[in-house]
Amino acid sequence: MKKNKSSMSQLEEVLISGRFAITSELNPPDSADAEDVNRAAMILAGFCDGINAVDASGANCHMSSMSICALLTRVGYEPVYQISCRDRNRIAIQGDILGAAAMGVRNLLCITGDDVSAGDQPGAKPVFDFDSIQLLRTARMMRDERVFLSGRKITSELPLFLGAAANPFVPPYDWRPKRLAKKIAAGAQFIQTQYCFDIPRFKEYMRQVRNMGLHEQVYILVGVGPLRSYGAANFMRTKVPGITIPDEIMDRLKKTPKERQQEEGKNICIEILQQVREIEGVAGVHIMAYRQEELVAEIVQEAGLLPRIAQQPF
Amino acid sequence: MLLEWIYDLTYALLKPFKRFLKPDSFAEKAMISIEKVGKGVVFDCQMCGQCILHSTGMVCSMNCPKNLRNGPCGGVRLNGHCEVKPEQACVWVKIYEGSIASPKYGGEIMWLQPPVNRTLQDTSSWVNLLHGIDQKMKTVWQTQEDKDALEPLFRGSNEKE
Ligand code: SF4
Repeated sequence: MKKNKSSMSQLEEVLISGRFAITSELNPPDSADAEDVNRAAMILAGFCDGINAVDASGANCHMSSMSICALLTRVGYEPVYQISCRDRNRIAIQGDILGAAAMGVRNLLCITGDDVSAGDQPGAKPVFDFDSIQLLRTARMMRDERVFLSGRKITSELPLFLGAAANPFVPPYDWRPKRLAKKIAAGAQFIQTQYCFDIPRFKEYMRQVRNMGLHEQVYILVGVGPLRSYGAANFMRTKVPGITIPDEIMDRLKKTPKERQQEEGKNICIEILQQVREIEGVAGVHIMAYRQEELVAEIVQEAGLLPRIAQQPF
Repeated sequence: MLLEWIYDLTYALLKPFKRFLKPDSFAEKAMISIEKVGKGVVFDCQMCGQCILHSTGMVCSMNCPKNLRNGPCGGVRLNGHCEVKPEQACVWVKIYEGSIASPKYGGEIMWLQPPVNRTLQDTSSWVNLLHGIDQKMKTVWQTQEDKDALEPLFRGSNEKE
């Protein structure tokens, strides 16, 4: 089931071909300036098979994922459209899926979303009309059966490559592979994981995933990323939901002089990338470099992942 | 588990009275009050009107601040507490434990639960269950075969290799 192409997505094509895939994240600007998006995309497109347009991650208000997708598809880049269940109900979401596909978006990433309490406007109303599995299943229904949730017909094709997130690094640990099985049953074809800093934990997760044969049904892209400094790592660890950083990594950064911490963060990222690459069932990496897009290029190069096929803008 | 047994018993007791337990009837009003108090005390029931307690380890999933019906979010804290309400245990950590302790229905945690029908809020889930209102959808959400294929994965092969 994994091998049948369901979309015109370049990301899907890379994964089917068996090449090691790389996706990355575009940090959404706090501006109304398209150049901010283009500039970041230009750096990433040289090395990535897909660029995530994030949906107000951490519940902080930024340019919306839909509009970033609009800007990216205009130039001919390959976005991964993130939809979270936090801000919109089922009516808005189904409409957005159609609109995104019409603009040329081919990859959808369905996520639950961080709670509003994590962000800059904790007084906002959390929606959560769908959960991520209901969102996935609905998107698959729209694509495969060409109907809305209500049964009403959709009058065109909807070529989409469906993805979901996974966090193997938080409890209940034994449940996480089973949750992955549910996501696959709901329609997930690729997975981007939360930041992986804990290799033993991830190996155990993948062992269970392989036991259940799930690695043959879904492409797993492991989340990695450079920590900018000890302070930044500490912030992510304590303030951002779902991110776990083991003590050894914190210690390693702490012992490094301040001016070399960014370099050390990058080294750690490259080491992790090379280690997860060796694990059976890993199809690629998802590089998250918050406000350090330039580093993605260096990471890809120094991890020995070159040459890559760059995305070709129009 | 005792609660599974009570669930079966309640179902068996109510089924013969299906004719009387109609939606919008006086009998439903009475059921609503009973459910509010009974399930409220035992499960902190949120009266969604489409009860899936036996598929969620006899723990009410609507107490999850994100209303998740298919499993925990990625924000669960390392101590097993909730992302949104750090002082309380993650509802889904409890659901997972409850499902492991439920020999009969535990595997149903693997089912894909459809989106919540918000119009059923504050109606009687027993009445809705007896009349099939809680499962009514215009599209096929998940076939019985799909459910049967997923369920064994719950107690499945995590351990070997
Ligand atoms: S941590 Fe658990 S209870 Fe809290 S929002 Fe996530 S799934 Fe729901």
